[in-house]
Formats: sequence, structure tokens, C-alpha cells
Amino acid sequence: MTGFLDALASHGFLQSALVAGLLASIGCGVMGTYVVVKRIGFLAGGIAHTVLGGMGAAFYFGHDPMRGALLAAVASALVIGWITLRFREHEDTLISALWAVGMAVGVLFLARTPGYGIDLMSTLFGNILLVPREDLWLMAALDAVLVGTVLALYRPLLAVAFDEEFARLRGLPVTFLYLLLLCLVALTVVLLIRVVGLILVIALLTLPAAIATQYAATLGRMMILAVAIGAALTASGLALSYAPDLPAGPTIIVLAGAVYLVSTLVRHGLRRPSAQRGG
Amino acid sequence: MSGPVIALEGVRFAYGATPVLEDVSLAVPDGEFLGIVGPNAGGKSTLLKLILGLLTPDRGRVRVLGRPPVEARHEIGYLPQYPAFARDFPVTVGQVVLMGRIRRGRLLGGYGAQDRELARWAMTQTEVADLAARRIGTLSGGQLQRVLLARALACEPKVLILDEPTSNIDQRVESDIFDLLRALNRRITILVVSHDIAFISAYVHRVACLNRTLICHPTEAIDGGVIHDLYGGDVRRVAHSHGPAH
Repeated sequence: MTGFLDALASHGFLQSALVAGLLASIGCGVMGTYVVVKRIGFLAGGIAHTVLGGMGAAFYFGHDPMRGALLAAVASALVIGWITLRFREHEDTLISALWAVGMAVGVLFLARTPGYGIDLMSTLFGNILLVPREDLWLMAALDAVLVGTVLALYRPLLAVAFDEEFARLRGLPVTFLYLLLLCLVALTVVLLIRVVGLILVIALLTLPAAIATQYAATLGRMMILAVAIGAALTASGLALSYAPDLPAGPTIIVLAGAVYLVSTLVRHGLRRPSAQRGG
Repeated sequence: MSGPVIALEGVRFAYGATPVLEDVSLAVPDGEFLGIVGPNAGGKSTLLKLILGLLTPDRGRVRVLGRPPVEARHEIGYLPQYPAFARDFPVTVGQVVLMGRIRRGRLLGGYGAQDRELARWAMTQTEVADLAARRIGTLSGGQLQRVLLARALACEPKVLILDEPTSNIDQRVESDIFDLLRALNRRITILVVSHDIAFISAYVHRVACLNRTLICHPTEAIDGGVIHDLYGGDVRRVAHSHGPAH
């Protein structure tokens, strides 16, 4: 561990990696909270995987891949939102199809992109050690948008997340707020791509919030706790991966999964025997 | 408000090819306490959803306070039979009741002092003020029902619509809730759906029997024959014997 701290002091790329991890934690804690309580993990997964199509297209046409990711994420959030609103019975099939087709389109574009090979692995699984400086600014800007929107619309978003029917009866623009929520989730996906990649995004979007929900009584406290848990997980995952030279993204995810498992066992394993006796 | 608070005229509604309501007409005057009874799948919840503007009739017209339901439904306090939320949602009783203060056109910003005061008043009415800080997942069925009633009251409704408000709670709490509704009825028009016609007859002014078609009876006309006809016999025969009486 001291080895990691020494390296952190002397290597700029490690500092960038740590900052990227912390910036990602803010977005994933705040939006992951909505994903968990609203149970839209599958929708978020669909958005994340469809993003590869946009990134592939951006590579092929010579644009900034992050810009492609941003456009693709928002577009797929709106399409998936429309699917869930209009075709609820077929939601499962349609989102699965979008999920796979989006990835396939991305791979086709990448295969046809001229020049030296694009690192598909780091797009899919992230490479936190190679986050460029300008991407840190993009991540900070995305965090600002996410946190700003959530602060301004905290109460209506809470009402829609909690009880859509009641929110509609009270005159809230439920459809607008729902689509906005999905777009914010899309921005979070883009925020997390550099850190853990497209495939693993869904774990960092759900696990810190899922741990937090076991301890927090309100949505706001759950967000703060999820951000703290996410920051601790990314920092320690980065540290753990450094000495044995493991890929950082997967290390963070395995650590998050382990902490979630332990937390669940502690919370429910202790409670269950008394509940059974009570029943 | 001189006209009826709620008016349905010749309303028909079907889910696909299955008719649920046929030629339903109903006028609820200001200040009434109306009970709606009928067998399962008789269309009770559908009727409420039409009044709330969550469904639109295939034929006929629904008016709430003289306006289309979508424009007037913020004046309605609604207590659903099955809450649409997850019980483990991280939200406190106080926050849930405050959601009754949400209004159209007020997207940004927080609740004011008046909102908090009204929420506290509503919680006091339903005797849940001391639960304000509790997470909703820790409540019993009866407590949750009182919290949702407080949320409905926090809307400052002109009409209160309750769908089986006491189906999952014990009899003593049931009487408490209906005593409270009777007190509220001095200011608020109330529609309550129930399966327990004998129980609600002690509280309501009029009973609407709904089994695809709707027939209203003054409370004093409720007897064994009506109950039998509603649940065990042909509803049209009730219409025949009671229809011209009012």
C-alpha cells in the first residue's frame, strides 16, 4: 500500500487516475441511487452497451469518441424511454435487441476504421490509468450537470421515482421527468466509460447505491453515502491493482461486488433468524 | 359550486373486448359521502381511474368540478387500493406526506413553511405525526394507510377518493378511519370503495352498487335483498325494483 502512495506522489498518470475515479464516484453515487430505487438497472445496461455504436461511429468518421459516446448515450436513453412508455409488454425484447445491435454496430465501425487498431478492450473494460487530462474536465462538467439538475429537481424527481401515479395526479410532467432521468443516467454512463468501460459500467452504477440503500433512510442520504462508498471503492481498487499490475477497472468491480455481498450478509444474515421466529 | 362535484354520463369502458362499465351515470353532489360497492372485477377501480383521468371512457362523459378530470384532478385526494411504490423505498413518512403539497407548475424549489404546516396538520388528523421520521418500510399496514390518507389530505382536496381504504387492517382501526372520514365529510365530498356494504352503510349517505352497470340506493334502502342481488343475483333486477324510487 505504501508502494502505491509513493507511486501516487511521483506519477502524474496515477494522480489523474485517482481524480477520474473520484469524479466518477460522484455521478455513479447520485444517479446510481435512482437506478437502484427505480429498478432500471436493465435500462441503464441497455443505454451503456448501445453507446459502443456511437463511439465506433465517432472513431470511423474521425471525431472525438467521447462526443460520439455522449450523443449515442442520450439518443439511446430517449429511444429506451420511448420503448418503456409505449411498448411496455415488449420492453424486455426490444431493449435486449437494442443492447446487442448497438454493440454490433460499434464493432463493425471499429473493424472498418482505418489506421492503427483502436483499443477495443479499454473501451469495453475501461483503462483508468490512461485517462487524458481533457477528459477529466469533461467528467467534472458532467458531474456539475448531474448534481445541479438533481439539486434543482430533487423533489419532483423523488416524487416520480417513488410513486409515478401519484406524481401524475399532482400535475407533475411525469413523462418529461422520466425521460430526463434516463438522460442523466446516460450522462453517467459516459462519465464511467474511461474508468470501468462500457461493460462494467452497470456494476459501478448499481453496487455503491445498493450498498447505501441498506443503511440510508432517505434518498438524499443514500446519494451521499453511495458517493462516499464509490470513492472508497475506486480508490482502494486502484491501490490494490497497482502492485500486482492488475487491470484497475475489473479490480474495482470485484471489490465492489465483494463489499456488497458482505454488507448484504451482515444486514440480512443477522436479521433473518429473528424474522423467521417472529413469523 | 352549484353543480355536482363528480358527474358521469352514459360512460362505457372496456379493456380490449371485455366491457367493464356500461352506460354508467352518476352525479355526486357537494358534501356527499358516497359508498361504492360491488363484486371483484365489477369495475370499481376502473370507475375511480376514469374519475381521476387515468383512463378515458370509450363513450360518455366524465366531469370533475365541472371540468375534464385531467384539469381538475389536483383537487382530488386519492388513496389507492394497492400503493404503486416499493415498500423498501428510502423515504420517510414526513417526505411522503409532503408530496401531497406538490402542485402543477411548481417544478423547481422546495416546500414552504405553509406546506410543512399543512403536512403536519394532515399527519395530526390521521394520528401519524409521531411517525414523521420513520422510513415507510417500517410501518404496519394500518399505519401506512393512515400515512397515505394524510398524503391525500395534504393536497387540500375538495374531493377525497378512497379505494378499499381498510382492506388490510383490523376492525378497530377500520372504525377509527371511518370516524375520521365522517368528520372530514363536513368539508370534503368523499367517495369510498368498499367490499363491506354492511359496515359502510353506517357511515355513507348513499350506496352505489357497481357490477358493470351502476345503481344507487339511499342507505336506508340497503337490506338483505339488495346485498343478495348485488353479489349473488342479477343486478338488473335491483334496478327494476329500486330504480324509480329516487
